[in-house]
Amino acid sequence: MTEKIVLVNEDGIRTDGRKLSELRPIKLEVGILSNADGSAYIEQGKNKILAAVYGPREVHPRHMALPDRALLRCRYHMAPFSVEERKSPAPSRREVELSKVIREAFEPAIFLEKFPRTSIDLFIEVLQADGGTRCAGVTVASLALANAGIPMRDLIVACAAGKAGGHLVLDLNDIEDKEGEADIPIAYMPSFNAISLLQMDGLLTIEEFQQAINLALEGCKQIYALQKEALKAKYQAIKETAEVTEEE
Amino acid sequence: MMSVMVSRIRRQQIAQLIADGKRLDGRGLKDYRPIQIESGIIGKAEGSARVRLGKTEVMVGVKIDIGEPFSDRPNEGVLTTNAEFVPLASPEFEAGPPGEESMELARVVDRGVRESKAIELEKLCIIPGKKVFVIFVDVYVLNHDGNLIDASTLASIAALLNTKIFKYEIKDGEVEKKPDLSPLPLRDIPISVTFASINGILVVDPWLDEEEVMDARLTIAFSKDGKICAIQKGGSGTLSPQQIIEAANIAKEKTEELREIVVKS
Repeated sequence: MTEKIVLVNEDGIRTDGRKLSELRPIKLEVGILSNADGSAYIEQGKNKILAAVYGPREVHPRHMALPDRALLRCRYHMAPFSVEERKSPAPSRREVELSKVIREAFEPAIFLEKFPRTSIDLFIEVLQADGGTRCAGVTVASLALANAGIPMRDLIVACAAGKAGGHLVLDLNDIEDKEGEADIPIAYMPSFNAISLLQMDGLLTIEEFQQAINLALEGCKQIYALQKEALKAKYQAIKETAEVTEEE
Repeated sequence: MMSVMVSRIRRQQIAQLIADGKRLDGRGLKDYRPIQIESGIIGKAEGSARVRLGKTEVMVGVKIDIGEPFSDRPNEGVLTTNAEFVPLASPEFEAGPPGEESMELARVVDRGVRESKAIELEKLCIIPGKKVFVIFVDVYVLNHDGNLIDASTLASIAALLNTKIFKYEIKDGEVEKKPDLSPLPLRDIPISVTFASINGILVVDPWLDEEEVMDARLTIAFSKDGKICAIQKGGSGTLSPQQIIEAANIAKEKTEELREIVVKS
């Protein structure tokens, strides 16, 4: 057996130098793929994830079309080179499950009823994975949907909290996820105080669970501010270009 | 279009009753349907059980084989959980490769068993890094009337509780089965409790009609010592943080009741 890894040292500092309730550095970019109707990119720690949205568009196969709302489809997928040992490109059971819960996380946010008989296809490609990819994937997919101009009740933002090395921690990285005691990914609509994705594995008392949820929601609120900033930065740039053209 | 219309009327009826603290089938909001557990019903399987949760019926068979361990856990046996939505169980089920619903079911059942460390996998190593016992838990849905997760978790636990593992001898690096059997080493009995949120009100053990009109589903599994070991939210609605904590407290109480039923069976 391998030696027990120290996930949190006596000063309360984690393996990557973070404090217990500190997020990893996050970089967000909006509108980076020209073919997609909307796209975005996130780096959260060592995670590198692309999201793209196509639609609303005609549904194929057509019998899947819904008479009263748009069909939301979601594919969460990890690139074969995104992890230490090559991952088969065929969708694993984990990826199928995550695609489902991510889709369900977005369904309450999107005004699907505005686009009956169409599909909105959401693709999340994990290029490099370092723990917490479903949450980072949700955060970036939300920006891709906004970039595609799809009306939403709120941006969805996601963040995990959990327990590692005996401490409650925010935004678990890969080692903390694998060697830690528990991981709780949460997706959240801050304007409604509504949770649309919730999972947990590991072992926690109800009290710890309650604290971890609060911690994750604090993380969500911080990332929410970054999401809005990224969108503003994108459209501010477009606005400025437009003004320059007008003056000419 | 028809189904949408019917479900709207149905939804109103179900939701109105729930708002008054009642349910269409006469249960209280926190009541389970009657639970029946039969164990050891498949002689060819190393462990088996059938659970009836109201009209929902799930069978679980446990098979044991010898295989290779995962490279990062060379001294531990392997647990594999699979779920099959057999087409005879519902007009909605079709034969063919597993869909996302059955994969989710298998993974949620697996999560409860794995995260509570219910099976003492470290006792299932035969030759470190080379040969270990592989425990296959196969969930077979026979009649779908809602809440497959809880029925499948109960059936899996009941089946694991009566699973017998063969004794063996190692001769020249080969494993030879011996005729005598011993019980599968278990240290925990995880139990899940599933809620449906209907117009913001939580009900326990939703049946099929309630699942069709629910906004969101929430499953919380507890280990023997009262710790949460697995959670899964499903459905296209949302839950408030308060609702989730309320659910956890109700679930903790309920799991104790259910655990007694399984242990006694």
